[in-house]
Amino acid sequence: MNSPDSFLPPRIDPWPARLDLLQSATGLVLGLFMWLHMLFVSSILLGNDAMWTVARFFEGYFFFGYPLPWLVSAFVAMIFALFVTHAWLALRKFPTHWRQHMAYMRHMRAMRHEDTFLWFVQVLTGFAMFFLAPVHLYLMLTHPELIGPYESADRVWSGRMWPLYLVLLFLVELHGGIGLYRLAVKWGDFKDAVASRRKLKRLKWGLTVFFLVLGLATLAAYMKLGMEHAPNAGERYQPAVSFLPPLSKGGGGGFLARASVPPSQIPPNPPLAKGGMA
Amino acid sequence: MPRTLTFHVFRHNPRDPGSEPGVREYQVEEASGMTLFIALTRIREEHDPGLSFDFVCRAGVCGSCAMLINGRPGLACRTLTSELPGTISLFPLPGFELIADLSVNTGKWMRAMSERLQAWVHLSCEVNLNEIEAAMDPDLAEAVYELDRCIECGCCVAACGTALMRPDFVGAVGMNKLARFRLDPRDDRSDAEYYQLIGDDSGIFGCMSLLGCQDVCPKELSLQTQIAYLRRAMARQGL
Ligand code: HEM
Ligand code: SF4
Ligand code: SF4
Ligand code: FES
Repeated sequence: MNSPDSFLPPRIDPWPARLDLLQSATGLVLGLFMWLHMLFVSSILLGNDAMWTVARFFEGYFFFGYPLPWLVSAFVAMIFALFVTHAWLALRKFPTHWRQHMAYMRHMRAMRHEDTFLWFVQVLTGFAMFFLAPVHLYLMLTHPELIGPYESADRVWSGRMWPLYLVLLFLVELHGGIGLYRLAVKWGDFKDAVASRRKLKRLKWGLTVFFLVLGLATLAAYMKLGMEHAPNAGERYQPAVSFLPPLSKGGGGGFLARASVPPSQIPPNPPLAKGGMA
Repeated sequence: MPRTLTFHVFRHNPRDPGSEPGVREYQVEEASGMTLFIALTRIREEHDPGLSFDFVCRAGVCGSCAMLINGRPGLACRTLTSELPGTISLFPLPGFELIADLSVNTGKWMRAMSERLQAWVHLSCEVNLNEIEAAMDPDLAEAVYELDRCIECGCCVAACGTALMRPDFVGAVGMNKLARFRLDPRDDRSDAEYYQLIGDDSGIFGCMSLLGCQDVCPKELSLQTQIAYLRRAMARQGL
């Protein structure tokens, strides 16, 4: 780089490259996470106990024998940070001046070109998520323990979150699906770029439709459950079957004793745990 | 029964103070094998001798006849009227300085871009003209030649939402050029040096992968592949 036959002064600013990588990396992680998230949330379609199990799983219940909701908070904080970073980086691409906005609109209308249109969808959905996603993220950050069939359904229905979730569903699935497709064409090394792009486009729409249908069914399930549970809103869910976490070696004391206690009443860090583990 | 085609053509001469930008309508009877070049020539002969548009080769080689055809950039000489509906709108390419009517100054833009990107072979040492040139691998020569097919028509720039929003964006034509020189073993520049030319938001990192360029390039250059290839190489410079 510093060789005498270099044509340009050697200093380069690595940041534009890093920011581009970071935008793609945050988008990739968020996009994939949102798909997984949808799969976890949709466990309600398999029944209340299935959803309860998934929710407790992420609180480490099956590892520690008691739930640690702050694990969920910590994870939400990480997603929140990724979200903020991604949104901040995306701001660089927004048509910020009226003239840019008009230039893009005119161009989009004239071109009738799918990918050009999809980028605009991405800007619109991204912009809307600025305002809507933090509402949900804040709730999960501050009330991680209130994730469960009744708890979530009450939030959706009695807490009147369903309109927000309905809109967010479309925003996230459209934005994430288009974003992941764009990542593939942006970075991908394809033998036959034209054919691969056609396939990717089909895959992208397929996945978007799949997750929208799954999301709508899931939201409907929570709304129905929330409606039925509305008279008792606020009551925590007790699983029908008592899940026994695998016993830690060393003895049954703590675990067996706790298995008879409804999980929701288990204190976050019961003294029994120490005894049982010893 | 031949169709009667209706043309809506943009008319404006910015150097004539009396000229107001507007659209004029012309009717032309379609002939078999008619291209937009033929149709425009007929309009000029039969209706409007003052109509400006550019043509040189009439065979898709010189790149001077690009315009917006029903909103999409394309070469007028390579577009058959039979592929179009009965009503055809013709506008000058956006993103370039308007000369008059359908004629734009792509040359000025291309020259500025080439100078900025230093789009020529850079040698680190003097060539000895008395020596036989080192042979190039035929596959590599073919690959370089493939990218050299760009005719600088400007369609990719006019098809690019990024270029229209950000006039300092080098466009797919510029990125394709650097990809071409990077491939060329005679060009001695390092990736760090290429990075200095396009490693920012007016270059490779400004591209939002809308792929309008790829979809309109009349030479069907592999612009998506070239841009992704350059992006990977330039992103490595940031690590
Ligand atoms: C306030 C929230 C958000 C805003 C403002 C936003 C905005 C944007 C914009 C404008 C782009 C296009 C960038 C470009 O063309 O280079 C983009 C790309 C992307 N977004 Fe978002 N987004 C947000 C949240 C999300 C979320 C929650 C996800 C996950 C589902 C996501 C996933 C992606 C992906 C995968 C990409 C492609 C990355 C790339 O092109 O490098 N975004 N985002
Ligand atoms: S890359 Fe294609 S569209 Fe762009 S100037 Fe060259 S030939 Fe024209
Ligand atoms: S991929 Fe899109 S943004 Fe990039 S040069 Fe092509 S049209 Fe422009
Ligand atoms: S006249 Fe030369 S490309 Fe159309």
